[in-house]
Amino acid sequence: MKLPKQTVAQRFHIRFFGGLIILLVLLIASNNFLKLDFGALIQNFDQFLALFKEMMHPDWKSAPFVVQPMLETIQMALIGTTLGTLLAIPAAIIAARNVVTNKWITGFVRIIFNMIRTLPDLLLAALFVAIVGIGPYAGVLTLTIFSFGMITKLFYECIETIDNGPLEAILTTGGKRSAMVMFAILPQVSSRFISYILYTFEINVRASTVLGYLGAGGIGQQLQTSLSQFRYDQTAVIILAILIMVLAIDGLSNFARERLQ
Amino acid sequence: MMGSIQHRSAGVWHRTRSWLLGLLIVIVYVWGIFGINFSKIQSSAGAVTKAVLMGIIHPDWHYVYQGNGEDLVSVMLQTLAIAFVGTIISALISVPFAFWAAKRRRHHFSVMSTSGRIVLAVVRTFPEIVLAIMFIKAVGPGAFAGVLALGVHSVGMLGKLFAESIETIDVGPSESIVSVGGNAVNGLVFATLPQVLPAFASYSLYRFEISVRSATILGMVGAGGVGTPLLFAIQTRSWNRVGIILIGIIITVTIIDYLSGWLRKQLG
Repeated sequence: MKLPKQTVAQRFHIRFFGGLIILLVLLIASNNFLKLDFGALIQNFDQFLALFKEMMHPDWKSAPFVVQPMLETIQMALIGTTLGTLLAIPAAIIAARNVVTNKWITGFVRIIFNMIRTLPDLLLAALFVAIVGIGPYAGVLTLTIFSFGMITKLFYECIETIDNGPLEAILTTGGKRSAMVMFAILPQVSSRFISYILYTFEINVRASTVLGYLGAGGIGQQLQTSLSQFRYDQTAVIILAILIMVLAIDGLSNFARERLQ
Repeated sequence: MMGSIQHRSAGVWHRTRSWLLGLLIVIVYVWGIFGINFSKIQSSAGAVTKAVLMGIIHPDWHYVYQGNGEDLVSVMLQTLAIAFVGTIISALISVPFAFWAAKRRRHHFSVMSTSGRIVLAVVRTFPEIVLAIMFIKAVGPGAFAGVLALGVHSVGMLGKLFAESIETIDVGPSESIVSVGGNAVNGLVFATLPQVLPAFASYSLYRFEISVRSATILGMVGAGGVGTPLLFAIQTRSWNRVGIILIGIIITVTIIDYLSGWLRKQLG
């Protein structure tokens, strides 16, 4: 019987072990660069546990004060997602290669959108707090830009997968480009767009819970106060509230997205 | 006759449902827009926006490299190292969690996998910066707290993705090893792990991309990386410094995304 031959690389798992060695070298280099002291973690672990123990006894009396900021958090996420979506629809149409056939334009706008997408939520929040001042405005603006970056990419990738027949049919019969967008593109993508918007809303709800830490409105403000006053029993109540809200929103949104399909 | 009546009533119900759904959406939006207590935008907003944009156009190039370990290149490398070590730690912790949360049989309720899933969902939802602050209490401010925060937080996502890839593997090889006399460990090492390792590596790379973004903001609470000098530059209104740091973050994240995307393609 003849067995299939293995190459030398396969026989000695060169790729696997090579990858492993590179990984180990990088790990040791990073470790030396950061001067990580794992001894300190073991030594001070009782402090971490003490903190955890305090959080195990939530201060239920503070619960009513959590409700209003929590609602504000959802409102921020709702408006931020909506504004981000409204900006994202025209942006995605410009970036889609089957709508705008000029490669220079699509390439250029994509570079800009990619740059926006690299900026994390809290970084944007810090910037907007400096610009518009402390309060939910900064949070809404942060979430608008944050969701704009995310939704634009999802949208233009979605537009590029549609059937090009109706687009060409409208153009060849003398229809305008605006007619093409209204009657050939949007009807094909609307249900997937709604699904993406719901998905982005989920992510925004998660993001909006911490934005207040830097002063951008919502429950994060309370989180910051309780942490800076070492009231970990109140921190625990806030985290529990965040947990319940995020899981509830995720559940609702998942249900809605399944119904859409 | 019956058919048409049923059809009509279904149509009425369908239309009422659409109206109710539309009404619900309108109510939610009215609540959302009028519910927020919008404070005044500060009057300097226009001037500050201009200053930020000018700062990005005229970045503080001297900050890029100064050789004292506190320049942009050093803190950016520190950020990458935090994300890297954090991802490795979380990938290692995620493997047992993934085996805990993976369903053995499809559409089959099991207490074990459901409990695993709930634990992972809780870890995922626990805010990263709160974890970072907790670890700062334990190990002091600096990169180590950031590494630990990322290492724990990422388990929530990686554990879930790992568990899903375990559920899709072919159990044939593992069963055949056991049926010819191998034990469970042999099955794991020679049949299960070789099937899931490429997926695990690919997901870990993907998580690394996300962790790099997270590591850039962890410094804002004191957990090392570029976030600390960035927040300081914003608070002292040194917009040229803010500009160069933003450019540094954008370039680094773009390169990492590109490299990681290429590597993930190689993994297939």
